Amino acid sequence: MGGDPLFSNGVDLAVVLIVIVKVVVTFVFLLIATMLMVWFERKLIGDMQNRIGPNRAGPWGIMQTLADGIKLFFKEHFMPERAHSAVFVLAPFLSFVPAFLLFAIVPVTGNFADGGNGTVEIFGYTTYVQLADPPIGILFALAMSSVAVYGVMLAGWSSGSKYPLLGSVRASAQMCSYEAAMGLAVVGVVLVTGTLETTQMVLVQAGPGPFGWVPNWGIILTAVIPFVIFVIAGTAELNRPPFDLVEAEQELVGGFNTEYSSIRFALFFLAEFMNTITMSAIFVTLFLGGPAGPAPIGPAWVWGLVWFFLKLFVFLFMFVWFRATLPRFRYDQLMHLGWRVLIPLALGWLLLLATGHIASDQGWPLGIAIPIALVVMAAASGLIRVASRRALEARLAELEPGGVVL
Amino acid sequence: MTNLDVPYLVLAGGLFAVGAFGLLYRRNPLVMLMCVELMLNAVNLTFVTFGRMMNDLNGQVIVFFVLVVAAAEVVVGLAIIVAVIRRRPGASADDLKVLRG
Amino acid sequence: MSVQLVVFFICALIALFGAGGVVWSRSPVHSALSLVATLFAIAVLFLNQNAQFLAAVQVIVYTGAIVILILFVIMLLGVDKLENLADEPLGIGFRVAGGVVAVALLAVLLAVFFFGGRTIVTGKPAQATFGGTSTYQPISQQAVSNPQAGVIDTADVPNINLLGKQIFTQYILAFEVTAALLTIAVVGAVVMAHRSKQVQPIPDEPESLDSGADLAAIDAAGEEVREA
Repeated sequence: MGGDPLFSNGVDLAVVLIVIVKVVVTFVFLLIATMLMVWFERKLIGDMQNRIGPNRAGPWGIMQTLADGIKLFFKEHFMPERAHSAVFVLAPFLSFVPAFLLFAIVPVTGNFADGGNGTVEIFGYTTYVQLADPPIGILFALAMSSVAVYGVMLAGWSSGSKYPLLGSVRASAQMCSYEAAMGLAVVGVVLVTGTLETTQMVLVQAGPGPFGWVPNWGIILTAVIPFVIFVIAGTAELNRPPFDLVEAEQELVGGFNTEYSSIRFALFFLAEFMNTITMSAIFVTLFLGGPAGPAPIGPAWVWGLVWFFLKLFVFLFMFVWFRATLPRFRYDQLMHLGWRVLIPLALGWLLLLATGHIASDQGWPLGIAIPIALVVMAAASGLIRVASRRALEARLAELEPGGVVL
Repeated sequence: MTNLDVPYLVLAGGLFAVGAFGLLYRRNPLVMLMCVELMLNAVNLTFVTFGRMMNDLNGQVIVFFVLVVAAAEVVVGLAIIVAVIRRRPGASADDLKVLRG
Repeated sequence: MSVQLVVFFICALIALFGAGGVVWSRSPVHSALSLVATLFAIAVLFLNQNAQFLAAVQVIVYTGAIVILILFVIMLLGVDKLENLADEPLGIGFRVAGGVVAVALLAVLLAVFFFGGRTIVTGKPAQATFGGTSTYQPISQQAVSNPQAGVIDTADVPNINLLGKQIFTQYILAFEVTAALLTIAVVGAVVMAHRSKQVQPIPDEPESLDSGADLAAIDAAGEEVREA
């Protein structure tokens, strides 16, 4: 355990240059990936809706995003009279920058096959293929998702008009609610992998699995439920469909980015897609083993890249699929799902995982410990249900007849 | 490497003094709450600095608990402020004397 | 000129300017944003002192939840208007007194830190550290001679592992009590925000627009305009 081996011999000019190269490569990669993601989404949705999608700008319409960006660049950009100008200008960047920073802790490739330690050699320096490997790895991802809420909230408030304010308050309440479920799902993964650092997590997941051929991925180690919770909560956190109530055009006139146009709107738009890519990368790192995978022939890092992109592609496809097929959640359904379903489920499953681990550490038979834990969980959830139903009845009973619950 | 112990403490002391001044100067209850948070953060910084100076982990443990209690305090404080302001729009800190009982 | 020195100065400047912004901003939202800047600077200062877990928790809890709650209340309740000094019960003397107190406080703190210097830390470190040191090591030595005693971070065991071990063994009671405190705080906040009696009754009939009187009045007004 420890940080990046790049820094183990002190920091000299070559190390600084390597870090700068990593930063530039990450930046360029994310921008190009966002461009391609927008194109991919439009093409795929067109395909699912039995139409062609953009196909004029460049081969297969790949340059469409670039064309849209140029168009947005030349649009008139104005600021409403009652807008608070400093915050109005700041808000898109508060949404945009955390999306970049989130990608810093994702290991993109490395020497993970056959018991490697996840490094590559660049000009004689061994390093991890990720921008930074802080010991608090995955907490940094949670922190950046928390900061992303500010962009949304300040955008709506600084527009100076009613509908963006309402939209942004709703959006930030949604994002804050699902952060709790995300955090609890992450704790499940931290429990089973035993570390917060992303490279160590991938190393644990690259090891031998339960029956020999089953990969030791996070999704298997945590028994699937935290994965489902994290995917749902992550989708809600990104304001992606089916949780995109707050920015849909049919609702609230476009939500928190109503008053934004041209470059600033483009920044919000790009930030959403970039967040999608980085969140998918986090999914892959936590639950699907990151770049880990067999490397039959050739250098291991090439295969790492291949596996990482294949797994990433699965999630990007999933996000577009959600958009094309699922209807939107209503706001109260969304809040109910976040607080009343996901959080208790994540908490209960975390306790179950902890029970399993303690039982196997102490030598208790798992066949007895786990069913007991399940019975306790069922009893607890039954108690909670009874209590909330009683509270609802008490609340309804104290209304005057014909009243409306606020 | 210069020893940064005293600069850290001076910074924390300065932040605490600024927070105290803000608490005494401003009348908006929310800004006063923010000044209290500022003072709490100055104290956190002091604890972490002393923990590092004494090579003791307890400094960070205390900060952990201070963070949690500060969160609980903000929740309750905001609930009180919301309850008062709803009934008396435009309330300032002097109007919180309705809590006197 | 080490990295820690540079980072300290930059973050100290940001923190102080942010604190000034909290106190001097006219709009509460600007105060909140300045507070965010200060909190970030303090999180980086935590990182600078090897308190990595605390830095992450500071960002997640303070900037990611507490300040957002405060901003919600500001935005939803519209507590935006400037304060009127004329409403002060004691007038401007109150604020001058506040300034004097704050300056005195700052003077006392600076005196303690500058003249006490590095010897203000007295007494033994608590026995609750790993291994435990039985002899006090003066600060000026800055010695890390006993590697396991109260160590904050080693290459082998990350900061968070040590912290977790300490919290869940030595401070488990405080941990449980704090958890109960959080629950009580949440229940209290829900109770205080509960509006049970202010239920709007649905009106019997919506006021309709085709009450004859209104139309007659409009017609009459229109005729007057036409005749004029």
